[in-house]
Parts: sequence; structure tokens; C-alpha cells
Amino acid sequence: MSNDVLVLAEIRDGAPKKISFEMLGEGQRIADQLGGRAHAVALGHGIGDVAATLAQYGAQKVFLADDPSLEDYTAEGYTNVLANLIKQTEPALVLLGATTTGKDLAPRLAARLAVGLASDCTGFTLQDGELLVTRPIYAGKAIATVKEEVRPYMATIRPNIFSAPEPDTSREATVENIPADAGQIRAKVVEMIKEAGDRIELTEADIVVSGGRGLKAPENFALVEELAGVLGAAVGASRAVVDAGWKDHSYQVGQTGKVVTPTLYIACGISGAIQHLAGMKTSRYIVAVNKDPEAPIFKVADYGIVGDLFKVVPVLVEEFGKMKAEA
Amino acid sequence: MHVVICVKQVPDTETKIRVKDGQVDHSETKYVVNPYDEYAVEEGLRIKERLGEGKITLASTGPERAKDALKSGLAVGADEAIHLVDEAFEGSDPYATALILSKALQKIDYDIVFCGKQGVDEDHAQVGIILAELLDIPHVSVVTLLEISDDQKSILAHREVEGGHEVIEAPLPAVITAQKGLNEPRYASIKGIMAVKKKVIPEWNAEEIGVDAEAVGTRAAKIAFAEVTLPPERAGGRVFDEDPVQDAIKVAHLLRDEAKIL
Repeated sequence: MSNDVLVLAEIRDGAPKKISFEMLGEGQRIADQLGGRAHAVALGHGIGDVAATLAQYGAQKVFLADDPSLEDYTAEGYTNVLANLIKQTEPALVLLGATTTGKDLAPRLAARLAVGLASDCTGFTLQDGELLVTRPIYAGKAIATVKEEVRPYMATIRPNIFSAPEPDTSREATVENIPADAGQIRAKVVEMIKEAGDRIELTEADIVVSGGRGLKAPENFALVEELAGVLGAAVGASRAVVDAGWKDHSYQVGQTGKVVTPTLYIACGISGAIQHLAGMKTSRYIVAVNKDPEAPIFKVADYGIVGDLFKVVPVLVEEFGKMKAEA
Repeated sequence: MHVVICVKQVPDTETKIRVKDGQVDHSETKYVVNPYDEYAVEEGLRIKERLGEGKITLASTGPERAKDALKSGLAVGADEAIHLVDEAFEGSDPYATALILSKALQKIDYDIVFCGKQGVDEDHAQVGIILAELLDIPHVSVVTLLEISDDQKSILAHREVEGGHEVIEAPLPAVITAQKGLNEPRYASIKGIMAVKKKVIPEWNAEEIGVDAEAVGTRAAKIAFAEVTLPPERAGGRVFDEDPVQDAIKVAHLLRDEAKIL
């Protein structure tokens, strides 16, 4: 059993996603305390280039599984390859992103290895050689400290919580090609339906602009989209407007939607039901625009504007537009 | 086609979570069926209706209140329910929960297994996927659309991913975890609710499903809750309520000059 931390780098369109760097930063911090090193593993096809990038973000060793059978992510194929690597290298801790891939893969991999898994983690502490993990429960209404009892410890990490280290171009990693046999894959990806346009993913966004019932009609969502557009933000929605069919469920922020932790969250016409607050309360700055001064959203807002959003939001668009032009 | 659906009771999402002695205080909690499990149940009902044949069995592990989740599924049209209950099961983590369910499922035949994509209590989002691995069958998680092939041997499922949907084909049996958007769950009829009142739900314990009592419950936890705390309250900020236009300009400038995020 080593004291190393193994990070599963998530590759999209040939490059590691930001969460991979966030995991390497935190993985290195934990490895330092354990007296081990942080390594990365990447799976895919034609991904040789990612090793250099992962090295710049701190990976000491990069394990590469490069094979056509791994081009599309599949839970079974990735589990087969990773389970072998983990059995062989015996890391102390395995980190995956709490992304749609990591959330799908980690439970299967943990079950294959018969180890525990802490989901969607936001903090790690070592105490007398044992790993204590903090993770929000009840969509963030409470925080649990979880003790992992079986090695290797495994955890998925919530995006946007840990900061990525500054890349150091002088760093190099040992690259090791590992057996890349996906084995039996029963559940296969037959098609990828991409959304029109480059939609910014809510859980990864630095700024989120959300709209609620205060928008009065689905076509008025254009206002929220315009504000998001000028800020380069992701668009979110309250449960009320998703249930009303104005927006697809993938836009929903809250307890039965997505939990987001952006630097800035702007809530337009959202009253702030307990389920919604649970999904956005850990944002660094919160701005609320609502005409009801009693709306619960104002209790969590850093800057609240009591007023008609149809008057307020266009001014925000204009002001942010000006600032952008000046910058 | 035998459809098995795993359900659980969770605190109503309206619940304000309170903490006492480092654990969640449930003394005043109102429990409901896990919202994602309702999509799972509804999908099972729709499959049976579409095929014009089949059987739906519900399974739940948990204390006595798990029966309420089973009863609400029976009230909307599930055929049978099994309550997996034993003192040894108490405090089971996601792995042990999936182990209990897998042992119960091995006692019955199944063609497709549904779970909610996560319980909205501890938010692990693990049980359905671990269950698939323990049963050595494929899984598709966070499913928003599901089709069963004409020969009833495979499925085509849409799975929500960043920036779109993956379409996944898998042979049956398989585990599906339900995401909001999969369907619109129906309400139980008065007749359905009345019919369920008298129904006796069979209980299966550790011995009956052949699970080692040492392999489940608190003693076998691979992850253990050490402590629960409440997140720090956000300090209230500044509220502007004079002139919408002037207030908006002020806030835009505060974001740039004070918060320094633009």
C-alpha cells in the first residue's frame, strides 16, 4: 500500500477539464501530508498530449490508457481498466470529479474494489493518518464529516471548490502506458446529442444567472439569457419555471436540480424557496433582484435590489456591457 | 417483463434540517417518497402499460416507515412490495444498502431494475450503480428517456451529461437510475389508496435473503458519518430599494469595485 494519491483526469475534446487540475492541486496537498505523491491517470483514444499538461499541474506520474475502445466513456470499460491499475499501484486515495462521468463511474469502481466512496466532497483533513472528508448532505442544508474506513479511500470532488494550481511549464512527468483493454462493455454509447450552441455547464460556471417566476412568461427568459451572455455566465432556472415547462430540467438549480458554487450568482425574480437556497447558497457572491422585499432570497444575498426586474436587468446588461468595453 | 423498483423514504425537501449532538435531528421530520424514486415508479408503470403485460415489484430497505414508500407505490399500481428489514441492516452505508438489495433481487427474477438517481437525504447517488455492479449487470444513470426494444431484450436510454445527452444501448437485465424529466409521476386514486390500506407487506430479514449480518449495517460501514454540522449562515448583505435604475448601477459597480469579480 502506497501513500500516493491517484487522480482520474477527465478528458474532453482532447484536453483535461478544469476539474482535473483542481483535483491535482488538492491531491498534491493530501499526498504531501501522507508522505506520498500525486499521480494522474487518463483514459481515451489519441490522448498522448494530455500527459504534458497534467505534469504542468503537478502530476508526478501520468498513467495513460490509450485505446479505441476507450474513446467514449463507458462505466464498464473504464471500471475494468482503472480497477486493474488501482489493484496494481495501491494508491492511498483515488480522486474523481463529481461530474456526470465521475458520478457514474466512481460507484461502480468502488463496488468492484469493495471500498467505500465519499460523493461530492468539498474538503479533506488527515487526522492521525485517517482521512476525514466533508461533504454537503440534504443538498447543502447540512455538512457531514465522513470517515473512510477502507483503503484505498475514494472520493468524488465537487467542481469549483478547490483552486487549480498555477501551471509550471518546466515540470515533466514520467509517462507510463498501462493495459488499455476495456474488456466487456454491455452498456454502449450509440449517439451523443449535443445541445445547440456552446452552453456553459451550470456546475462548472464561474458566474450563474438564474430566472424564476418573476419573469412572468417563458419568452421573458431572453432577458436572463442576455444578462448571462454579457457576463459569459451559465443560465439557471428555479424549480417553479422548470415545472411550468419554460426550461428543461437540466437548467434547474436546487435540491432536485443542480447544486452550484460559482463566484457570482444572480437570481432574477426568484423568491428563494428552501430547496432553491440549498442549491446556490455556497456561491461566493449572491445578487438578488426581486420586487418582494420580504422574499427569502434577500436573506442570503450580498447585494439585493428590491425592484421590478424588467427595469433592473436591462440596466445591469448595459452597465456590465460598458465595463467589459472599458476593460 | 418483471420490473423491480427500489424506493426509500426521505425527509420532505421542505424540511429545515436541524442538528443535535452532531447528528441530524429527525424528531420533527416529515417523510416522503424520495422524489427521484417517484420517476422510477412511474416509468415502471408506463412500461407495463405499454407492453400490456408484466409485473412490478417494489423493494425497500429501512425502518418501519419504508412501508409508507412501498404503499405509495402500490397505491399507484405496483403489483407487489417487499420490505427488507432487520436490526442488522440499520446504519447501512450505500455499499451495504446495495448489497442487501442485491441479495433480495437474487431471490426473485428481474428484467429491469429502477432506482432514483439519488436519495435527496444523504445525496450519495451510489446505490443503484453499486447494485448493478454487485448483480454483474450494466447500468445507465441519470436517465431522462427510456425505450424498450420490441423483443424486450434491450433498452435505449438517454442520459444527461454536460452539454447534452448520451444515448446508451444496453442489454437487459440492467439497472436504470431515474432523473427528473423522465416522466410526470401520476397521483394515486382514492380507490388505490384504500386498496393498499389492508395490504400486508411481506418482510424479509437477513437470513431470508442470505446476507451475512456482519457484512451490513453500522459495523460494516466503509464510510461512516463522524459528525454533521450546519453550514455557516450567510451574513445578510446590503439591500437597495430606492430607484431600480440607480440601484442596478450601484450594484454593478459594487460587483466590480468591491467584490472585484468582473
